[in-house]
Amino acid sequence: MGALSIRNVRKSYHGNEILKGINLEIDKGEFLILVGPSGCGKSTLLSMIAGLDSVTSGEIRIGDRVVNDLSPKDRDIAMVFQSYALYPNMTVRENISFGLQIRKVPAAEQARIVERVANTLQIGHLLDRKPSQLSGGQRQRVAMGRAISREPSLFLFDEPLSNLDAKLRVEMRTEIKLLHQRMGTSIVYVTHDQIEAMTLGDKIAVMKAGEVQQFGTPREIYDNPANLFVAGFMGSPSMNFIPAKVEAVGGGYGVKLESGQRTHVFPVPAADGKLKAWEGREVLFGIRPEQITHKSESRLGLPQFQTAEMPIRLTEPTGPDTMVLVPINGKDVVCRVHPAHARQPGESMELMFDLSKSVFFDPASEQRIA
Amino acid sequence: MADMSVAHTAGASKLGRFIIYGLLALVCLYYLMPLFVMLSTSLKSLDEIRAGNLLSLPGEFRTDAWVKAWDSACTGVQCEGLKGFFWNSVSFVVPAVVISTMIGAFNGYALTMYRFRGSDLVFGMLMIGCFIPFQVVLLPMAQTLGALGIANSTVGLVFVHVVYGAAFTTLFFRNYYVTIPDELVKAAKIDGAGFLRIFFSIILPLSVPIIVVSVIWQFTQVWNDFLFGVVFSSGDRQPITVALNNLVNTSTGVKEYNVDMAAAIIAALPTLLVYIVAGKYFVRGLTAGAVKG
Repeated sequence: MGALSIRNVRKSYHGNEILKGINLEIDKGEFLILVGPSGCGKSTLLSMIAGLDSVTSGEIRIGDRVVNDLSPKDRDIAMVFQSYALYPNMTVRENISFGLQIRKVPAAEQARIVERVANTLQIGHLLDRKPSQLSGGQRQRVAMGRAISREPSLFLFDEPLSNLDAKLRVEMRTEIKLLHQRMGTSIVYVTHDQIEAMTLGDKIAVMKAGEVQQFGTPREIYDNPANLFVAGFMGSPSMNFIPAKVEAVGGGYGVKLESGQRTHVFPVPAADGKLKAWEGREVLFGIRPEQITHKSESRLGLPQFQTAEMPIRLTEPTGPDTMVLVPINGKDVVCRVHPAHARQPGESMELMFDLSKSVFFDPASEQRIA
Repeated sequence: MADMSVAHTAGASKLGRFIIYGLLALVCLYYLMPLFVMLSTSLKSLDEIRAGNLLSLPGEFRTDAWVKAWDSACTGVQCEGLKGFFWNSVSFVVPAVVISTMIGAFNGYALTMYRFRGSDLVFGMLMIGCFIPFQVVLLPMAQTLGALGIANSTVGLVFVHVVYGAAFTTLFFRNYYVTIPDELVKAAKIDGAGFLRIFFSIILPLSVPIIVVSVIWQFTQVWNDFLFGVVFSSGDRQPITVALNNLVNTSTGVKEYNVDMAAAIIAALPTLLVYIVAGKYFVRGLTAGAVKG
């Protein structure tokens, strides 16, 4: 039985279609991420799941109930908001127990639940404070505490970490993941941050302009993006897209790359069949920075690896890796190189291309070719 | 070079400060002068008023003008001072202020947190209510009060002021509630709270600063009102503003300036008190920053 199923859901405001037929389904205990740039409709979709926004057409099921016409309080959900939305006039204790009080949970039971929640989130010492006396991270915890106190069947998170500073964001991300592992409740989580999406999700729905571009596991989405948008959106630094001509090479097909004074034709055995139709035409050759590294002797000779000497325009050391910019077919291409092997701008270095995970897009339709 | 420019700006800001304080002191003096004249005149004897300088301090402090204004000055044919009228005013100002503030809070909440079809139109029409002059509503209001059977009564006067004030208080509360994040209401809805529960448990406790603003505004308006008071009440039910007018215009030969001044201060005292007491809470409410979630 699915925990949440969204079938052909549409939403329009004043004739503008915000969501254009969304289909998503997750199983009990799964962590679903809705990710996309601002204005893609992800927050609207979350609001509709919560019951704060009406559904124009389609069906939303939570568990085995169609909830389209149920009010938020009857949907068995809890939500954590971007601004935390703690009640400023109530103490932390009152914030957590407000929902229980409304549901007429007996006072002794309420006290027990508040204590349990406070222990889980380590906010026991904050219970008698007002939200204005808490730091950002503490407010975040209280907001989560309020959500878990009712033990709903579905949690909704609306960009819960975007108001925190970078360090705290990473900490709370880990904490949310641990909390999910411990409680096993299904979660729908909205974010615009692709790293959050990759690290937290069991399933990711990448959205753009009111449509789901791709729905799958983080691995599928990262390794097998459905189109140019998904490929560019997921991953940081993002995937390189190099306009390149398809040519016949060594009985198969490959892409022609020019860098410095040299021209290379890299055969791509994995994509042979699909590239055939594009012979002599230009495609967008997509390769992630970590698939272009320094030369490693142990990999030499394997068919999916190709090496080429290329001039360096710029280096960006990040610590664990150094990003090296090289020009290929007139575009700056980012390569992720071990710092010990990186050379200086103005010099050239031998780079090794791992073509096993390279992808190809139609430049006009931006859809995946191979 | 750098030092010179620093010294230059420091000197300029000192001069600027001097000018600002000088101007403030001047404006202060200008506004306090009438109060000073009223106060000192009310404490003088009639002889001293006739003989002396307007700005001089009283030779001896006499409170009998105050006692007379409160207790025995003539307002038309009766000579019982302002005390009865003072309590008249209190008896309709307090309910009028409380009710109009409550209605404003409720309207503002409904208009911002629960947008309904046409809510902007309703708000627009209420706004127009702020621009209607008192005189325009006199006749229709008299008819309405007559039809409701509350003409010439305290209830009627309360009704008039509530109706007239609701437009303003709604505007205050609506503009204040627009600044409260609507995620608060959404969170409460998911917690299971209904329309009224959200209002009383969450929105109202956050409204202290704007309640204070509304109370100050409404109290000043209703207490100082003369026109509605003189038209919609009569005899010993009249508010203090009307009584003050009668007191000043009733003279038995001699014009008792000291009594007039004392009476005027008595009539103005409650609004002054509201400003002093509530103004403090107003500033406190603004600076506490409790609204930010």
